Amino acid sequence: MLTSLLLLVGVTLVTFILTNLVPGDPVAASLGQRAAEDPEIVARFRREYGLDKSLVGQYLTYLGNLLHGDLGTSTTTHRAVAADLGGAVPATMEIAISAIVLSVLIGTVFGTFAAHRRGRVSDHVLRVVSLAGLSVPTFWLALVLYYFAYYKLHIAPGSGRLSVDFNVPPKITGLYTVDALLAGQLDTFLDAVAHLFLPVLVLTLYTVGLLTRFIRTAVLEVLDQDYVRAAHAKGLPARTVVWNYVLRGASIPVLTVVGLAFGSLLSGTVLVESVFSWPGIGSYAYEAASHLDLPGVMGVGLVVGTTYLLVNLLVDLLYGVLDPRVRLS
Amino acid sequence: MTRASRPAGATVTASLRRPGLVRRLRGGRWSAPLGIVGAVVVVAWLLVAALSPLLAPRDPLAQDLPRLQAPGSGALFGTDALGRDVFSRVLSGASVTIPLALLLVVLSVVVGAVLGAMSGFFGRWVDELVMRITDLVMAFPTVILAMVVAAALGASLFNAVLAALVVSWPAYARLTRGLVLGLRTSNFVISGQLLGISSWRLLARDIAPNVVGPILVLASLDIGTAVLLLSGLSFLGLGAKPPTAEWGSMVSDAVANFDSWWLGLFPGLAILTVVVAFNFLGDALRDALDPRSVTVRGGGPTL
Amino acid sequence: MTRPLQEDADRSGPALTIRNLRISLDGAPGPRPLLAGVNLAVDRGQIHGLAGESGSGKTLTALAVLGLLPPTMHAAGSIVLSGSASGEDDVELLGATTATLSRIRGQRVAMVFQDPSTSLHPQLTVGRQLTDHVRHHLGLDKRGARARATGLLDRVRVPDPESALRKYPHQFSGGQRQRIAIAVALACDPDVLLADEPTTALDVTVQAGVLQLLRELVDDLGLSVLLVTHDLGVMSAVADVVTVMRDGHVIESAPRAQLFSTPGNDYTRSLLAALPGSSFEEDPADLAAELVAEQEPALTQAVPSDADHVTASTIPAGADRPGSRQEPLTDV
Repeated sequence: MLTSLLLLVGVTLVTFILTNLVPGDPVAASLGQRAAEDPEIVARFRREYGLDKSLVGQYLTYLGNLLHGDLGTSTTTHRAVAADLGGAVPATMEIAISAIVLSVLIGTVFGTFAAHRRGRVSDHVLRVVSLAGLSVPTFWLALVLYYFAYYKLHIAPGSGRLSVDFNVPPKITGLYTVDALLAGQLDTFLDAVAHLFLPVLVLTLYTVGLLTRFIRTAVLEVLDQDYVRAAHAKGLPARTVVWNYVLRGASIPVLTVVGLAFGSLLSGTVLVESVFSWPGIGSYAYEAASHLDLPGVMGVGLVVGTTYLLVNLLVDLLYGVLDPRVRLS
Repeated sequence: MTRASRPAGATVTASLRRPGLVRRLRGGRWSAPLGIVGAVVVVAWLLVAALSPLLAPRDPLAQDLPRLQAPGSGALFGTDALGRDVFSRVLSGASVTIPLALLLVVLSVVVGAVLGAMSGFFGRWVDELVMRITDLVMAFPTVILAMVVAAALGASLFNAVLAALVVSWPAYARLTRGLVLGLRTSNFVISGQLLGISSWRLLARDIAPNVVGPILVLASLDIGTAVLLLSGLSFLGLGAKPPTAEWGSMVSDAVANFDSWWLGLFPGLAILTVVVAFNFLGDALRDALDPRSVTVRGGGPTL
Repeated sequence: MTRPLQEDADRSGPALTIRNLRISLDGAPGPRPLLAGVNLAVDRGQIHGLAGESGSGKTLTALAVLGLLPPTMHAAGSIVLSGSASGEDDVELLGATTATLSRIRGQRVAMVFQDPSTSLHPQLTVGRQLTDHVRHHLGLDKRGARARATGLLDRVRVPDPESALRKYPHQFSGGQRQRIAIAVALACDPDVLLADEPTTALDVTVQAGVLQLLRELVDDLGLSVLLVTHDLGVMSAVADVVTVMRDGHVIESAPRAQLFSTPGNDYTRSLLAALPGSSFEEDPADLAAELVAEQEPALTQAVPSDADHVTASTIPAGADRPGSRQEPLTDV
């Protein structure tokens, strides 16, 4: 717990230091050339964004604001970063969570299958395919799939989270699919799912490759264990042995990988969101970075770092649930 | 060298000299023939990277062709929005991305291995410091952190490599530290210390050879990741600057000219084939040198 | 050299009969023989000890009974489970269908493995592991299965059975874990119990308790046990009949008392001589000569028979070695 808090502080420090390494002048980047030549406007800008204080002073102010939930004001959108991100985070989470759930399900099926048919053709094919899946540049795959599914074959909807003629469902979680279901708007739900389809597919294809290989290895190691042989010796049907004994044993190493894969997914959304004009963290990060929007970039770094930390905490908690030796020591 | 005096870890490097390695690579598993395919493709791309000025039919920067032409008789891969030959640009992109990716991996190995070895060998505050830093770096998903660093430094290929280096070295540091920790307590190191051999000499002569193997395996699997990371950063506009022909930024241009499918397809295929080839090669190497290892962090590309 | 087994007049025949069991391992130049014609019979209400060093093939024999050999090994011969006690027909276990094996495993023939910390699943409660096969084979409901489980734990003397059901294997001591494993094996009232080195992973102080438990179960329940072990001390404690194996062959088979007092084979004799406190002494000169012959075949011609400066090891080459010498094997 303490380590996580320290890490969090470290995260803020890192983002702060990094964005202050910026060689360019954020003032000039945001104001445009003419305004930047007016010393009064510049001074006002600097005061407004706290750029006139010392570095340490700026950092302390930042930390103080953080504790109040204030992530500063974006120099590009001129809105509170926290508000901007508040809208963007659910969009990204919608893709990330869908993709990780799908990837785990598919990866488990393929990985277990490959492990049981070790050495045979299907095992080798699966290994090759998952290695190839890991090698695909996600931004390119997004483009290619978008081109074929939307542009050529018209089986997927266009960019964004919803089609033009649909309204955003009343916000409860920020996830359009969940909110639409909760509001009973079935056609909105279906439209949101249709829009989710391609980005989730792209991310899933990559993550499944990653997970299948690791799950296969984890299952193989479990299959060697005495308790699996003992379960067979008890006369339990094969399905029961796989489900209750093998997968249970493999669940712990798999959990570790899933945690890492989620981090990978978060990275992936950055690359994929711009192709689909998906208004999530990724698109926001890209805009902020290219405009040297310091508060914006720091906000993204902080939010993503924190999310990942939370995910790792969740993984640690789940270890306790899955492994009684951890829970009861 | 009698068997008694050769340390256990040396079997990895020793195995590189055994004829058995080649025979094992030819063994019944798929990873071996695939590894050979990968090696061939890698060599082909390395040649392209080295010889692209000679191989490219046109100047990759010349804007003298009709714009946005589909692949046809004039241009093998078509032309882009500024009238440049896509085929030549793809070839030229190899000489940008591949050497930089290799450089990135080499630098990550050097920085990571040195820091990791120091961390494992000297322990105490050195270890604490290095490990806290790796924790901090690894607390971020890779591309996000690389993006933040690259944005902070400014968009250029050099800065992109720097940013990628920042996120890549921790995996090697952790691996090396683990290996060194294991070796530090082995007899031949302790006897070296008792004999008064300086720490640096011990590191270089006794520990380093035993650490090389696993690091090599990790590095070979990492080259593909490096290519993906660098082209990803360029795709985001944080790497190569126009008019440099770089695969990632070419795909980025393709997003703007959506119906000209040839703009994005070919650079992406180039990335795909290079990464697949390196991955097959790395996989075969890993199977040959250490079939049981599954390195979690860094063993598979983390996008 | 095999001594004929003594027939027991008041039993209706052996519970488990293994005839001419051969096991081979798939390999590059050709299949390699691991077991070369093993014959043994486990009578009812009897502990039949199967002794031998690592690589003798004793564990493979036990695994073959339940069809648990790895896919690269192939067994031939006959393993018959007698049906007369439970009113069923005899069952040929070798080459039986999966359906038949699933019915037999756990229900009529059960197995206890060497290390209970790996043969019990660390993430499942003891209660779960005691009841899942019971419910599968006997169709009991949850309450009935739990009651049965509590009774079993009581029988194997695990304290506080009610709360033990809810605990996990790592919360018990090594000896208790093995008792639990025995309880798991006995849960469906099998006719035959295969025990593969059941005490080897346990502390010496705990071994006696587990062995005593086995003896009691046999006496009370009429259980038939095939006890595989390399430890002759264990044999001398609980076995009724002992079969000695070496390099995939049966060397000798005899009732315990007879084997321990008058072994019919030099190999057996040397095994016994290695036991601490054994009253069994081999002539040091013979021992040394055999040792030299084994380790330095070229010297056998030159060295005189009284080479008494050679130190003794436990297992020198036996005078009558059955068949040709095979490669040392690793026990699976």
